[in-house]
Amino acid sequence: MTDKKKDKATIILHSGDMDKAYSALIIGNGALAMGMDVSIFFTFWGLERLKKGELESGPLSKMNFFGLGKWFMKKKMEKSNVQTLNEMLKNFHELGGKILACDMTMDIMGIDKDDLRDEVITEYCAVGTYVQEARESEMTLFI
Amino acid sequence: MSNIKIDCINETCPVPLVETRKAINNASAGDIIQIVGDHSSSKKEIPMAVEAMQHELLSIEENGAEWKIKIKLAED
Repeated sequence: MTDKKKDKATIILHSGDMDKAYSALIIGNGALAMGMDVSIFFTFWGLERLKKGELESGPLSKMNFFGLGKWFMKKKMEKSNVQTLNEMLKNFHELGGKILACDMTMDIMGIDKDDLRDEVITEYCAVGTYVQEARESEMTLFI
Repeated sequence: MSNIKIDCINETCPVPLVETRKAINNASAGDIIQIVGDHSSSKKEIPMAVEAMQHELLSIEENGAEWKIKIKLAED
């Protein structure tokens, strides 16, 4: 039984919304940069963002207006020099962050490994792995 | 021992932190890393990260909105 919490963050990305993917990756990269270990568990709609070419394609969680709101937000982000989600995922991977893909979601939604970006996924797993990661983490977030 | 320079001018959250961490990962004990930027929160947060990882904060210089942080990588 592990009773010692590590300097570690475990984040569940349940949402497929663009702005929430930003939250997960910004916090993930920030925690890695500040010396923590980080895992992001992609599940349900979040797992959609790990499909090939789909990381940037989530809608805005509010005021999406059939994509117009998202387009406007992307313009504002570009102007403020905010990195793209792809750049953030690349940094997350480079700094040693773990990407966990929920295999039950894959079954439910009929997603194959071939559909996903296998090169960035550390592990295909289920709730047990998440619980194990979370119980030894000082920070856990559900996004 | 080498001197490493990182330019984060015009970069925003979380890039200055992330680029600092990348430089730390690629550097060796005793190396000096200098980061310049103009994202104001990073001026506070890079020293927090340096402290958390037990490296040494050598200096913080400010010139208007721009700042320059120097750190030294801990031995071992």
